[in-house]
Amino acid sequence: MTALLTIIVLVFILVAIWQMVKIFDLAQAKNENDNPGVATDKDNSINGYLMMGFLAFIYVITIVSFVKWGDLPLVSNSASEHGPTIDNLMIISMIIIFFVQTVTQFLLHYFAFKYKGEKGKKALFFADNNKLEAIWTIIPVIVLAGLIIYGLNTWINIMGVDESDDPLVVELYAQQFNWKARYGGADNTLGKANVRLIDIDRANILGLDESDPNAQDDVITTELHLPVGRPVLFKMRSQDVLHSAYMPHFRAQMNCVPGMITQFGFTPTVTTADMRQTSQMIEKVANINKIRVENSKPLIAQGEEPLERYEFDYLLLCNKICGKSHYNMQMKIVVETQEEYDAWMKEQKEFKNSLVN
Amino acid sequence: MSAHADNHAHDDDHGHHHKETFVTKYIFSQDHKMIAKQYLITGTIMGVIGVLMSMMMRMQIAWPEEPNVIFEALLGKWAPDGVMDADIYLALVTIHGTIMVFFVLTAGLSGTFSNLLIPLQIGARDMASGFLNMVSYWLFFLSSVIMVISLFVEAGPAAAGWTIYPPLSALPMAQAGSGMGMTLWLVSMAIFIASSLLGSLNYIVTVINLRTKGMSMTRLPLTIWCFFITAVIGVISFPVLLSAALLLIMDRSFGTSFFLSDIFIQGEVLHYQGGSPVLFEHLFWFLGHPEVYIVILPAMGLVSEIMASNSRKPIFGYRAMIASILAIAFLSTIVWGHHMFISGMNPFLGSVFTFTTLLIAIPSAVKAFNWITTLWKGNLQMNPAMLFSIGFVSTFITGGLTGIILGDSALDINVHDTYFVVAHFHLVMGISALYGMFAGIYHWYPKMFGRMLNKNLGYIHFWVTAVCAYGVFFPMHFIGMAGLPRRYYTNSNFPLFDDLANVNVIITIFALVGGVVQILYLYNFFASIFYGKKTVQNPWKSTTLEWTAPIKHIHGNWEGEIPHVHRWPYDYSKPGHDVDFVPQNIPLKDGEEELQH
Repeated sequence: MTALLTIIVLVFILVAIWQMVKIFDLAQAKNENDNPGVATDKDNSINGYLMMGFLAFIYVITIVSFVKWGDLPLVSNSASEHGPTIDNLMIISMIIIFFVQTVTQFLLHYFAFKYKGEKGKKALFFADNNKLEAIWTIIPVIVLAGLIIYGLNTWINIMGVDESDDPLVVELYAQQFNWKARYGGADNTLGKANVRLIDIDRANILGLDESDPNAQDDVITTELHLPVGRPVLFKMRSQDVLHSAYMPHFRAQMNCVPGMITQFGFTPTVTTADMRQTSQMIEKVANINKIRVENSKPLIAQGEEPLERYEFDYLLLCNKICGKSHYNMQMKIVVETQEEYDAWMKEQKEFKNSLVN
Repeated sequence: MSAHADNHAHDDDHGHHHKETFVTKYIFSQDHKMIAKQYLITGTIMGVIGVLMSMMMRMQIAWPEEPNVIFEALLGKWAPDGVMDADIYLALVTIHGTIMVFFVLTAGLSGTFSNLLIPLQIGARDMASGFLNMVSYWLFFLSSVIMVISLFVEAGPAAAGWTIYPPLSALPMAQAGSGMGMTLWLVSMAIFIASSLLGSLNYIVTVINLRTKGMSMTRLPLTIWCFFITAVIGVISFPVLLSAALLLIMDRSFGTSFFLSDIFIQGEVLHYQGGSPVLFEHLFWFLGHPEVYIVILPAMGLVSEIMASNSRKPIFGYRAMIASILAIAFLSTIVWGHHMFISGMNPFLGSVFTFTTLLIAIPSAVKAFNWITTLWKGNLQMNPAMLFSIGFVSTFITGGLTGIILGDSALDINVHDTYFVVAHFHLVMGISALYGMFAGIYHWYPKMFGRMLNKNLGYIHFWVTAVCAYGVFFPMHFIGMAGLPRRYYTNSNFPLFDDLANVNVIITIFALVGGVVQILYLYNFFASIFYGKKTVQNPWKSTTLEWTAPIKHIHGNWEGEIPHVHRWPYDYSKPGHDVDFVPQNIPLKDGEEELQH
């Protein structure tokens, strides 16, 4: 209903504009020269001022966005070892961007205002200047060289997985529309697997090779638990279409591609419990719960259940269009201490015990 | 040059005396001016469909659980009781992208203005092959019709995103839209590509061979340079998409495994073995990235021309502009991998593509600074076309700058496929190219229809659109950086994103206002064809050749001899002349120096 009302209002506004323009046209008709439809000095002047108004609008929307929504972007509070390096690079890039944006938008709109046309004025015949061209070629070159070197360093550090520091190997397995995690068990080695070996009747849902000794102690779960401080190497697999394993709080993402194994590694540094206690997160969760209470009111009025209270959890989201329920393909991630992790792992069933005969 | 001789020979073929029937004049016309109008009107109709779809998507995102009578009316069985279905949401995403990128901003923009301006601005009677030009338009029309028909198939239109990555697009069991809808999508695109190639080859041959006497390459208006280079990029990259589409058709219908391997879906293992979806991504983006330059370069050309004319000043740095067009064109073909940093390709390749991608910022910066300098100390005539041109530079800068973040592989990890990307590319190629197109329409409307558009409606159209464009896409960066993935039918399954809902409502309101105000433009466009004020021959006092042609369209463009060219196209406010513009066909005065630009 809201949408319909909005559109009806908009259409009325349109009709009003239409009528106003007609009046304008009539008023202008007698002043118009022999070249109708071309801007007059008055048009130039009005639109010149509007250009300055628009510059102000750009600045205002920038400031308002930062004040109102500046706490939304994930540029601090990362939960992985490499996270802060991405955040720093992001902040540096943003500062450069906002500097360039502010200056160039000013020049563009200010010139449009300052040099608005007047009859009888003549423009400066200024066609070329090699010095100026050189300046605005070289300055971007220098800035970008810096960004490229910094960016590539960061990228190589993140993507280079050091197998020597004994990472925990975890498989992320994607299917329409859920996630599974597979742990290597006591030997920390994932057993061989292929979707051709999937046997639903025997509950071999990920297609593990039942004859592979490494597969016997593998553990398959629907929640991802990670011990804090230990490097994790994710091996991604998909059984049907492309998916993308997106873990925004860890600044981590990699596509899951049927037919191949992709990988991404990071070290979680903050447990779920600790993250919930950070002041930033307390504030965010309180705000979200306020919104949820607000949204629950109409539900309660209709006699339905109110929305559940929200508590923060790390999430794994699907971030590659994968079909109808793409919008709800998620898995909870729990980062905990080694002891908690060990205790949780002990409760899980090993692959050889999970098969149905 | 032998080209000039050819041109004269060409003159004789095109007498203006042979008879035209309604069919040869308005339907199967071989006249480039009529074909340009056909492209524009077809593109406009497709644009209306595309914009309507985006407005429905925005309403769904802002008010996800609410029944909506508009959905019920427009989507029918896809919105039972007015609640949009998740499948159709993805279809809207897909078809909106396809229509806007290919049908509006490639064919509608480049097709219209390349056809209209190449012969008129280089001084030719028509395109090199009027027949191929006609075939090109009718193939485009056919592909548009097929794309529209695909909206009405039983299982719904293609819904795998405009990038149609397999296996989602290859397997009908993966998604309802991957059946007949996807087949029609592929057929439509294959025909579209054929149309685009015929058009591009024609543009290239025409620019190389049919320039009038004196029109050297360094006297070409920047519009022509941009159309020419755009056509070259199109010829290089579109065939690769055609091959990708053909291989995908083979995988879908003939059981090959180019892109598919090891798939278990709906309880069964499929026979596909050994293919790779990443191969498809490479083929797709080898077109897909140059495609954004195919979209933006013609807009840049139009804007350069309009800015110079309305500033009454030469475009600043003509040669630097040409050099940056060439640099952008070259780099555009070696950056496709920046769409694939996290696709599973070798991270080393990611490094290479980061490097080449960030290099594109350099020629882009040169262009932006040159446009700004063109305004400096000008005598700016604020016609609607000029406003849209200034708006173009503004959104091109805002949208282009965030490319520095997305092109950086390390940063892309966390913003890839979020709304940050949506905001970025809509500003830098969607809105910018649309502004370029509007600027072109306002500027060359008198050339096309012999009448003027209402300028006051034009002003309102620009200012409301400009405010809404920023209102929609500026806040969108923030929800993207907050981690909100794109292409989600609703965000209500993630309480984590509840605090973004109000931002989404604001964005949607701006989008609805911006969408509805286009009705003013449509009214202005169609009403002015019949009721607009009659134009004079050269309303904007421009220097290029198209304004030396008579207002009334004649086959062959000029009565009598084709004008010869004696100077570059930007002699605005040149000292030593009484008027502030000297058309290209005016010989140099005694002692007047041609600028060594």
